[in-house]
Amino acid sequence: MFPDQFLFGVEVLLNGLMAGVLYALVALGFVLIFKASGIFNYAQGVMALFAALTLVGIMDGQVPFSHLINALFGTDVHHFGWHVPAFAAILLAMAVMVGLAWMVQHFIFRHLVGQEPIILFMATIGLAYFMEGFGDMMWGSDIKKLDVGIPQGGSFWIEEATAFLGGSNFYGFFIDQLDIVAAVVAVVLVILLVSFAQYTKQGRAMRAVADDHQAALSVGISLSFIWVLVWSLAGFVALVAGIMWGAKSGVQFSLSLIALKALPVLMLGGFTSIPGAIVGGLIVGVGEKLFEFLIGAPFLGGATENWFAYMLALVFLVFRPQGLFGEKIIERV
Amino acid sequence: MFDQAESFVTPDGRTIGAVMMEMKNITLRFGGVVAIKDISFDVREGEIRAIIGPNGAGKSSMLNVISGFYHPQEGEVWYKGARRPEMKPFEVARQGIARTFQNIALFEGMSVLDNVMTGRLNHMKTGILSQAIWYGKAEREETENRAVVERVIDFLEIQHIRKTPVSRLPYGLKKRVELARALAADPKLLLLDEPMAGMNVEEKEDMSRFILDVNDEFGTTIVLIEHDMGVVMDLSDRVVVMDYGKKIGDGPPDEVRNNQAVIDAYLGVAHD
Repeated sequence: MFPDQFLFGVEVLLNGLMAGVLYALVALGFVLIFKASGIFNYAQGVMALFAALTLVGIMDGQVPFSHLINALFGTDVHHFGWHVPAFAAILLAMAVMVGLAWMVQHFIFRHLVGQEPIILFMATIGLAYFMEGFGDMMWGSDIKKLDVGIPQGGSFWIEEATAFLGGSNFYGFFIDQLDIVAAVVAVVLVILLVSFAQYTKQGRAMRAVADDHQAALSVGISLSFIWVLVWSLAGFVALVAGIMWGAKSGVQFSLSLIALKALPVLMLGGFTSIPGAIVGGLIVGVGEKLFEFLIGAPFLGGATENWFAYMLALVFLVFRPQGLFGEKIIERV
Repeated sequence: MFDQAESFVTPDGRTIGAVMMEMKNITLRFGGVVAIKDISFDVREGEIRAIIGPNGAGKSSMLNVISGFYHPQEGEVWYKGARRPEMKPFEVARQGIARTFQNIALFEGMSVLDNVMTGRLNHMKTGILSQAIWYGKAEREETENRAVVERVIDFLEIQHIRKTPVSRLPYGLKKRVELARALAADPKLLLLDEPMAGMNVEEKEDMSRFILDVNDEFGTTIVLIEHDMGVVMDLSDRVVVMDYGKKIGDGPPDEVRNNQAVIDAYLGVAHD
């Protein structure tokens, strides 16, 4: 038997871990692009939003640009009247993300090769706002429900299995099934990405491009192919993150703001490390929940979750600017 | 001088094959600066062809034209009997032309083995899916590529550093790893941009030996740029001499050595 307060703390910790997984999913997309092309992709969050919007649109048989079409032609079309099964819709949404990757490379970054990082960063800000507007125009701005068949609500199994830990008014840990699925998906995703980078031809080429452009060219690697590939992978990660966040809180435009939570995650984990993104996400998730529970709510009037992650990142920046797993910064004189 | 399609024997008694690559009236400009001015020369199969000249003569530019990093405004590149269209560097590499760089372009974050392995990328055919599953074909392919890489590593005597990250290696060894990566691609034509720059005498001797052995053992055609006249004369079968973007000499080392224009370019001319 444990005191209720302690058990509640453990539950907070577990839920923090789960929230951290979702942060990590967004951070992963940032790391992929930054590692391979040195671009800090501000649009990663909007990509997740756009992917989720596209997925819902396809599943519901929504007519893309329906408002525009109706305004131009005086028609009144909104839906094709069919429903696409979740699995097929996910594949189609992925195809859209690959197309997007190709366009991003072809119309924007191909022309910016060799530019300063700040210019590339500005380009991604432009891309973010373009995609937000484009997504709005294509699918409409209303909040949509996303249901791809992931179980939701508390897991009774966990509640029942843990109920014995506390007294008569403790009913076991409440953990959302969706969060458990998200955690499993994140683990699988990381294993897939790491083994892709480590063992496949394209993965090797990707690492080579990340390391040295000239050398990569000289061994016969097409830079633009690799960059399309990297943006596609980031699109894939964005789709996964979009599905998880969308299923959790509905597909809405505030989804793009979760990208901002990925920033402290990256500062903690390091911008170039895939495991760093995961660990950073977990630290932020657990940190902000526990801080709110132990210090924020009792002493600071609550709502510390909004700023805790950024404060933590600031402290990290002072003491370990390269993050936990980032490459060490050594200045040779 | 010689029939293009015929092989011939050099004064040293080495047999040189037919023309493999031909540069025809190449002119390369950067804005108003003319880096290469109307230069033509050929490379024959199995030979070691050197390009020499003082600093700023346009040697590296010429190598960059061959490897597709620069595109000449005028002139044609002929490779294996056909005119080569304008190509990107990676397309040139896929045609079996490997190169090294004057300032070493290695993957600093990877081990020596991984670096050399990237040289095999174009020999990996299996798609993502079968690679992910990792059975059968992909596994066999991986084993074959590893075997080639290990042979190159043995050949260049870098077994002892195979697991070392490249960033920790001294300069001379980095040069050798770069050569290993180029060799792993099993190239028809190997371009070496100052393979001995910044090396001490012992390292230079090692590198010379490797270049000769590569040419000998694998029959690889080699085009190299070098400053050290002694080294060039010992290694090469034929030499192109450049000065201020122009060709001022072309022929076997002995002939070039006694060419007045070449002597002037290297020693300077008295203006009186």
